Amino acid sequence: MSGAEFLLWMRGPGISFAALFFIAGVVLRLIEILMLGRTKNLAELRGSGSTAGMRTIATRFLPADANTFRRSLPTIVLGYLFHIGLFVVIFLLTPHIKLFQSVFHIGWPGLPTPVVDFFTVVALVSMLGLLWRRVSNRLLRFLSTGEDYLSWAVTFMPLLTGYLSYHHLLLPYSWMLGIHILSVALLLVIFPFTKLMHSFTLFIARYYNGAIAGEKGVQQ
Amino acid sequence: MTAIKAESRRPADETLGEALRSHGISRRGFLKFCATTASLMALPPAMIPVVASALEKARRPSVIWLSFQECTGCTESLTRSHATTIESLIFDHISLDYHHTLQAASGTAAEAAREAAMRDNHGQYLLIVDGSIPLGNPGYSTIAGVSNLDMLRETAEGAAGIIAIGTCAAYGGLPHAAPNPTGAVSVSEIITDKPIVNVPGCPPIPVVITGVLTHFLTFGTLPELDSIGRPMAFYGQNIHDRCYRRSFYDRGLFAETFDDEGARKGWCLYKLGCKGPVTYNACATTKWNNGTSFPIESGHPCLGCSEPDFWDMGGFYRTLSMPTGHFSTALGYGVAIGAAAGLASALLGRSERDKARSAHEKVSVDDLDKGGSS
Ligand code: SF4
Repeated sequence: MSGAEFLLWMRGPGISFAALFFIAGVVLRLIEILMLGRTKNLAELRGSGSTAGMRTIATRFLPADANTFRRSLPTIVLGYLFHIGLFVVIFLLTPHIKLFQSVFHIGWPGLPTPVVDFFTVVALVSMLGLLWRRVSNRLLRFLSTGEDYLSWAVTFMPLLTGYLSYHHLLLPYSWMLGIHILSVALLLVIFPFTKLMHSFTLFIARYYNGAIAGEKGVQQ
Repeated sequence: MTAIKAESRRPADETLGEALRSHGISRRGFLKFCATTASLMALPPAMIPVVASALEKARRPSVIWLSFQECTGCTESLTRSHATTIESLIFDHISLDYHHTLQAASGTAAEAAREAAMRDNHGQYLLIVDGSIPLGNPGYSTIAGVSNLDMLRETAEGAAGIIAIGTCAAYGGLPHAAPNPTGAVSVSEIITDKPIVNVPGCPPIPVVITGVLTHFLTFGTLPELDSIGRPMAFYGQNIHDRCYRRSFYDRGLFAETFDDEGARKGWCLYKLGCKGPVTYNACATTKWNNGTSFPIESGHPCLGCSEPDFWDMGGFYRTLSMPTGHFSTALGYGVAIGAAAGLASALLGRSERDKARSAHEKVSVDDLDKGGSS
């Protein structure tokens, strides 16, 4: 198999199959969660659940209190850098925008590639930092399972292979680009059934917590 | 290109240097050619005199050119690209003993010329092939009643080396495009025991063809190849890396259509389907039509014609990063399957919950009391 054939297969059946798996998995999980339902709240409402729910979605972007912030400083800072980097790379690189455009038929302007490149490096370095913290901190290491390392690896690989293919490093571009798409395919397949699903459930969870507290009149 | 005519053949012992001089090519012009070729082949300047003296003394090697499932574009590229140059003269002075498009002889006489060349130069002649070979049915393409497959096997047997010219001979090319109705394959899929150089392109750049010949004449060997059999010297560089529009790519400035402001300003053609990023060829540096320009310079995205399967790369005008095939349909199916499975799983969960609820026995205070006293 030549690099061109591999790339062609990944751009065609490979990524289509992974996307099918991904979307089916995400929809399955979301329907399961949303159809769990809630037990009827028989108590008298003391505030609006939905307002509090929406507010919690926003407020949880900020650290809860100074003490938590100080104790988890590396996780918070590196975590933010990584997520911002990832967002920029996925949604603001022109080749990626064209991909979304081919599905959703809407496009938006991309950033210059050196800028995206910079954010890729930011994301890669923060991920390495987060991994280092996970293995060097005894408590975090104790709490970590195989799934945590797997989620880390399948997120790291697309960033790394994307960086390598953009810079034409290691392998001919068609091979590296094919491997990049393959790494994304792996991420997509694993995504719905690991904690990577938090990209969707995080908003549901925040809303739910906020809404319950709001209905009980908890001051936020 | 007149070398074919038997009556006008130059003496076989005439060297290339003599032949060039008799055509009025000056020493200066010849050395300039050697310098350009040496730099194209990535040889150090110290090698220029070596190339020159080897070419001076080179005898005309016998060359047999077989054309199979092809469009003659490769021959056209070589013979009609521009006015007579030293490159074409060099080509003129190889002993092209068989080329069914260019030779004057036809029918039995033509085949006799091929057989004579094979016999006289057994083990030494160079075989050039353009076009792919159909494996589906031998009748799809024949020459003088002989199938392409048989002729290739027969002629390759006594060849010193093979040059597969054009993407069809190198990788199957257009005939090999899905669904490949003739079962077309490349030369290297049939011949495995001879050195083969692939010179792909649709068509290849003429100077690349003569460059490989020059290498053979100079060193008596075939040049260093990449992983898919192409000479590194010409196919070592990526179009995207050498493209003069690259700064626009990096700045995020793209032509969105062929007649918008970006197209007029010469911005990057990536969004219009440019395959430059996955293409290795010398177009961006050597250029076409006597160094005039290359497709991207004329405002058209690169088709990736020197790469295997370029016809099937998902469409010439489809952006490289866009998925090919039925991606959106796959997403649609994904939603449907996910929704069905999610609904089934949720309903199953609910029915289990209801069952558990109804199986739940209520316990009263009295029951507890009884339980406590027993
Ligand atoms: S026109 Fe093609 S080869 Fe040139 S920079 Fe743009 S994408 Fe790359």
